[in-house]
Formats: sequence, structure tokens, C-alpha cells
Amino acid sequence: MSNVEPPGDLQLQTALQLLKQAGREVHVDAAPGSTAWLQAVVDALCELSSRDALTGLANRRQFEVTIVREIDRVARAGEPALVLMADIDHFKAVNDTHGHPAGDQVLKAVAAALQDCVRPMDTVARYGGEEFAIILPNCPPAFGHVVAERIRTKVSRRTVNVAPGVDVQVTISIGGAFAPQWVRSSVPLWIERADRQLYRAKAEGRNRVCLEPAAVYEVSAEEKSLLFGTSQFQDLE
Amino acid sequence: MNAPNDSSARPSPPAGGRRARTIAVTSGKGGVGKTFISANLAAALTRRGERVLVLDADLGLANLDVVLNLHPKITLHDVFTGKAELEEAILPAPGGFSVLLAGSGMVEYSRLTSEVREQLLAIIEKVKPRFDCIILDTGAGISDVVLFAVSLADQVLVVATPEPTSMTDAYATIKVLATQQSRRVIQLVVNQTGRLGEGRTIRGQLQQVIDRYVSPLLGGPTEALKLELVGEIPSDPAVREAILKRQLLLESLPGCTAAKAIGLLADKLLS
Repeated sequence: MSNVEPPGDLQLQTALQLLKQAGREVHVDAAPGSTAWLQAVVDALCELSSRDALTGLANRRQFEVTIVREIDRVARAGEPALVLMADIDHFKAVNDTHGHPAGDQVLKAVAAALQDCVRPMDTVARYGGEEFAIILPNCPPAFGHVVAERIRTKVSRRTVNVAPGVDVQVTISIGGAFAPQWVRSSVPLWIERADRQLYRAKAEGRNRVCLEPAAVYEVSAEEKSLLFGTSQFQDLE
Repeated sequence: MNAPNDSSARPSPPAGGRRARTIAVTSGKGGVGKTFISANLAAALTRRGERVLVLDADLGLANLDVVLNLHPKITLHDVFTGKAELEEAILPAPGGFSVLLAGSGMVEYSRLTSEVREQLLAIIEKVKPRFDCIILDTGAGISDVVLFAVSLADQVLVVATPEPTSMTDAYATIKVLATQQSRRVIQLVVNQTGRLGEGRTIRGQLQQVIDRYVSPLLGGPTEALKLELVGEIPSDPAVREAILKRQLLLESLPGCTAAKAIGLLADKLLS
């Protein structure tokens, strides 16, 4: 593969222009047209096509790829994983009052706040409009609420300066659901469960977190000893 | 409000008609008599004038056909793949009730995709107006398919035997259903009991652990899960005899103690 010369008539102007415009110019220690250079161009294009242009978060396409991989991992390894769906409260009012450029600034600020609150292994995506999705691999049920609350608080405390002397503050509602451990779920089912909690958060007054109670599969030693501890069961053995 | 068993996940009642009740039969552990109880309970309910459909919801490893000694030409698989109409797949079973068999080739459906969910939902919605009672015979274990099938049902019947492994798995199932599907009442059938009253003892044992470890997980001081004993089926050599002959116990040996116990279970569910 490395010996293959790129065809001479390869037209890369559009691609390179796109990358330049996005501020992702290719800087590699390789001659333009070489295989290594082409690889760098392809990598940069892939990266670009997986990002949301406005916020720089993972886009919907990248989110789908990541969540499918996560479902596979949960089914194989049984690690707990959480999906959060977050939606900016009354976002339409921001657009209506301050204009769409202000709305874009709010989206960027919320995106940055979400990204600040999670671990490098987590995926924060712009799911659509003013809705964001966060995949948290290996997130034990006990931590789910803590993380979601941290995100909610961080957003609510941030002010966005949308014009000279004009600060906007927004809140978000968050819904979340854990993937059933050891089980191969489906993307729509998992998202639907998280979405249902998001609707609940909205219905209960917004600026709050609702998580589906984590299904508990494990039976502890204490539970077993209480189940079988009494003498009336010994005659069954 | 939570999880897949809220009203939005369920088909709405048919206009003007009484909606069929749906009962999921599940167990946690395999081999405790889930399908045997589903089939014979269906026969008992039929004798009491109910129009009953048993749906083989154990899509991956269905064996209702084996229990009933049926060799269906058309199954749910054909309906799912568009090779047959739903009507053609609803078959008469020996006890006078109807069955929808999963059929071979359903292993591919043991993965719960949105298509499988929508197909199952649509099928249950379609058959509801024509029956009084729909029994969903689910698979063993706590897979996504089992949990989804159970989420479609109004009531859940957990089958357990007095064996410690069966009780532990039944307890795990109950715990998942309470925490994931916000169930607050789960019905228990104890199969293969050795002496009268053993079912009550087992219910009491399970309830004690539920009160201590499950109810506190349900998110409120007033939230509690109630386990209701609806049936106790004694160990009876007639059961083995009927199973080996691949006949319904209620057809071949209706007078035996196990058959009478299944009759009492049907009475209890109708009361």
C-alpha cells in the first residue's frame, strides 16, 4: 500500500479547502501527494465529518457509532453504562429575544460546559437542535446522579455574554437511563428510555435531573442468607 | 411513569370493547415449568369461559409447540418476515385455546431490535380485541427480550420451585422487574411443592428479603413491592406422565392434584 503512488489526477482542492476553512489544515512531515500525507488528509476529513460544526462536539453520526460500540461492550463485559439526554430549557425564548447568533453562542457555551464536566472517555454529542447526548461508559449506578447533577449545576451557573452588556443564563433538563448489563440492547430502545426521563424532567418543572432507576440484577450474599437463613428451609436440602 | 411498562408502551384498549388482560409468565431460572403452567393455565381459563391466546414470547428458544405436540406450518416467524398473515399463524391448541407459536428461525430475533419490538407490539394490539386473556410465555433468564415481553403485560406471574437456585433466580427477576419496570405487585406461583403450605412459606421468605432489600430501592418511603401468592402446584407424578406424552395435564389427567391446583390458580386470577 505504501508504495502505491496516488493517481496524478486526484482532485483534493475541495477537501483541502474544507479542512482549511474548518481550521484543521494538514500538517504532517510528509510530501504533499505521498501516501502518508494522503492518510493525514483522510484522517482529518474523518475527524471533520464526525464533529458538529457549531459546537465542535461529536455529531449525531459519531454518536451513533459510539453508542453501538458501547452496547456491544456492555453486552460482553457487563460494565454499567449511562446515557444522558440533555435539553436547553426555553431555548426558543433565547432565539426570539436575542436573535439566532445569540442562540448559537448559548449552544457553544452549553457544549463547552458539558465537555468540562465529563471524563476523556465519555462522549458528548450534539444530538440535534438544542438537545445533547452524553455516553458515559463504566459509570456505576451510584455515580449517575452525581455526574448529571454536576452537569446541570455547571450550566445553570454559567452566564453567556451574547452582546455588549447582555448576559444570558440558561438551564438544562437532563434525562438518563443505564444500559441493561450483560444484555444486548438496541440503540433506539436505550435512547427512548433516556428520552422518557428527559420528558419527565421537563414535565416536573425543568432545570432538573431524572434518571430511570437502575435495574438491579445482583443478588448479594446478605440477600441470599436472609432468603435461606431460616431453619424451615433446611429440610428441603 | 418509568420504563417500558408505562401506558405509552402499551396498546390502547379497543374502542367500545373490553380489553384483553395480558399476563406474562416468567421465572428467572429455566426448567421450572413456565411453559407447562402457561399451557395448562390457558386450558383452565378456557374451561371457565375465557377466550385465551398463548403467545410464545420465548423468541430465541421457543418450545410451546413441543409441550402441546403441535407441528405448525405457519409461525410468528412467517408473520415477522411477511410470508404469512397474522390470522394464519393463530392456531387452535388441544385445550380449546389459541396459540401463536414462535417457530424455528426465531433465534435471529433473540436480539431485541426495534423491529422486533414494534412487530410484537403490533401483533398484541391486533389480537387484543378478540381475546379475554393473552398469556405471554417468556424465556428463562433476564434478557432484553424477556424484560420487553414482560413490559407488555398488565400482570406478571413469576414461577418458582422450592429449589434454592430457582428461588434465587426468581428473586433476581422480581428485583429487576421492580427496579426497571416500576412494578409494585408481582404474582408468584410455586411449582413442585412438597407439602401443603410450602408456597406460603416461600412467598413469606421472598417477601421478607424484598421488604429489606428491594422496596428501599424504589425511591420513596411509601413505595413497596408486594408479592402475591396466586398458586401452589404440588409435585405430582401425573405431571411428568403428561409431559412425556406431550399432552395437557388438564386434558389427560384432569382429576389429579396438580391439575386441580392449576384450576385454583385460574380461579384466583379471575377473582
